[in-house]
Amino acid sequence: MDPMFWNHDIECMPKEELKRLQYSSIKNLVTKLYSSNAFYRHKMDSFDVEPDDIRSLSDVSKLPFMTKQEFRDNYPTKMFSVPNTDVVRYHVSSGTTGKPTLVGYTRNDLDYWTEALARSLSSIGVGEDDTLQVSYGYGLFTGGLGLHYGAERVGATVLPASTGSTERQLELMQDLDVTVIACTPSYFIHMIDVAKDIGIDFLRDTKLRKAVLGAEPWSEGMRKRIEEYSGVRAYDIYGTSELAGPMFTECEERNGIHICGDIAYMEAIDPQSGEVLEPGEKGELVVTMLKKEAFPLVRYRIRDLSAVCDDVCPCGRSSPRISRISGRSDDMLIVRGINVFPSQIEYALMQVPQVGNQYMIQVTREGALDNMVVQVEIKPESFSDKVEDMILLRSHIESELKKYLNLGVHVELKAPGELPRFDGKASRVKDKRSL
Amino acid sequence: MPEQNVIIQLSIFVNNEPGRLAAIARTLKESNVNMKAFNLAESAEFGILRAIVDDPEESFEKIRQKGIIVKKTQVIGIVINDAPGSLFEAADVCGREGINIEYGYAYAGKNLSAFFIRVDEPLRAVEALKKAGIELVKGTDI
Repeated sequence: MDPMFWNHDIECMPKEELKRLQYSSIKNLVTKLYSSNAFYRHKMDSFDVEPDDIRSLSDVSKLPFMTKQEFRDNYPTKMFSVPNTDVVRYHVSSGTTGKPTLVGYTRNDLDYWTEALARSLSSIGVGEDDTLQVSYGYGLFTGGLGLHYGAERVGATVLPASTGSTERQLELMQDLDVTVIACTPSYFIHMIDVAKDIGIDFLRDTKLRKAVLGAEPWSEGMRKRIEEYSGVRAYDIYGTSELAGPMFTECEERNGIHICGDIAYMEAIDPQSGEVLEPGEKGELVVTMLKKEAFPLVRYRIRDLSAVCDDVCPCGRSSPRISRISGRSDDMLIVRGINVFPSQIEYALMQVPQVGNQYMIQVTREGALDNMVVQVEIKPESFSDKVEDMILLRSHIESELKKYLNLGVHVELKAPGELPRFDGKASRVKDKRSL
Repeated sequence: MPEQNVIIQLSIFVNNEPGRLAAIARTLKESNVNMKAFNLAESAEFGILRAIVDDPEESFEKIRQKGIIVKKTQVIGIVINDAPGSLFEAADVCGREGINIEYGYAYAGKNLSAFFIRVDEPLRAVEALKKAGIELVKGTDI
């Protein structure tokens, strides 16, 4: 059997068959929730929809959306669908925006989470020959334990390093011939910086060849940077704690993240109207989890912006793919009336070779005028001792940003090491306006 | 030998924030780097500290290892005699030879006063200045 496929029959199931499977899964899920979950029954009643109204996959659009606010209002366990005796684990979301969310898991929930990761890791060639260093935080955050069990299931040797103690992590990476690392992109950049400082070259001094990076938005520009800077091949992984945790990755094609179709049904909607978009059109992701028991999700608005692509991937998998997350509908900044996503800023900065890997975005309001300042670290080799050269470099970065954002931005040049580093999720935006 | 009149200057990037210059100066002190002459150029949010130091190669390594952005730049030192016109003569030679002076700063030591300049072609500048009879600082003089 091809080791790149963990579950070939399901991953490569014909499209039509997969859609029938998704339809029957959703129908069963909604029927079950309607009869057993007071919250969900009430919600469907108030939208005047019942399980019988779902007669095809496209009828899913008749179902109401779930939002993060509902999880908060029903904190901690009011939305759980199983008795507490069946819940075997909790995770608590990091609360990037607002109060944390509690997620509960049955034994089956953990099993499907691990299954999804086993398929994902196999699709990028991670298997029993690999040693995988999990440098996601272990604990309430889903990243550490999620990757841990996923990697164990494919037979890889797991090094549960968690975050922090970067020099020690690099030492273990060398001693134990680690081949794959899983962490946030910002932590990996930090690790590359530390490695450079102490004279470790990944290709020369370690066996590390793959990095599975996610849990925060990052751009294609950043991927290119990371790969040039480290020599390690970088893959994007996606998931949120509501889904279970990090679950889905790109395959070797690296052209979108495969969403296992028997486990999750993904739609993209217009964030304003709520209308379902055509395949390939970018909007806000909405997910229905087809196997979840403890904490069911039906049409949950994730707020991440992406497009769902439904063509068959050259790798052979029939599961739909989502394009790279371009931002969140709720992390969009409106500066002088123009919509700006932090990911656009990162993309623009990465086009300038003199710019280093760290940046911060500050928005302030002076009188009635918004002012956006982007602080960027420059690379040591791009430093000139002529003030004029440095001012030209700054103007060049400002004009690149203007080109991508259509907005005048003030750039401040910083020396390497001046801007904050992030162990876990990077928070690079400081909006100091009192709106 | 025109090379002996080309002096290595260290240029250091300084963020224009309270305490940054002090932090860099402390690092230089702790690294035992002795500054003979220096100049601070600044823009709104950053500055560039340019310094002539003892043993520039070793000092460069020490500063770089502290994670500070530092660069070696070649400058020329024109000996200034205690009489009007010595800067004019040097600038005039460069002007006639089409050599562009990018920046300069003065230095007054116990035994020697000089004006350090950065030019686009240091070796050609040294030859032209010497030919015109202008005295230049040697790396070992300061």
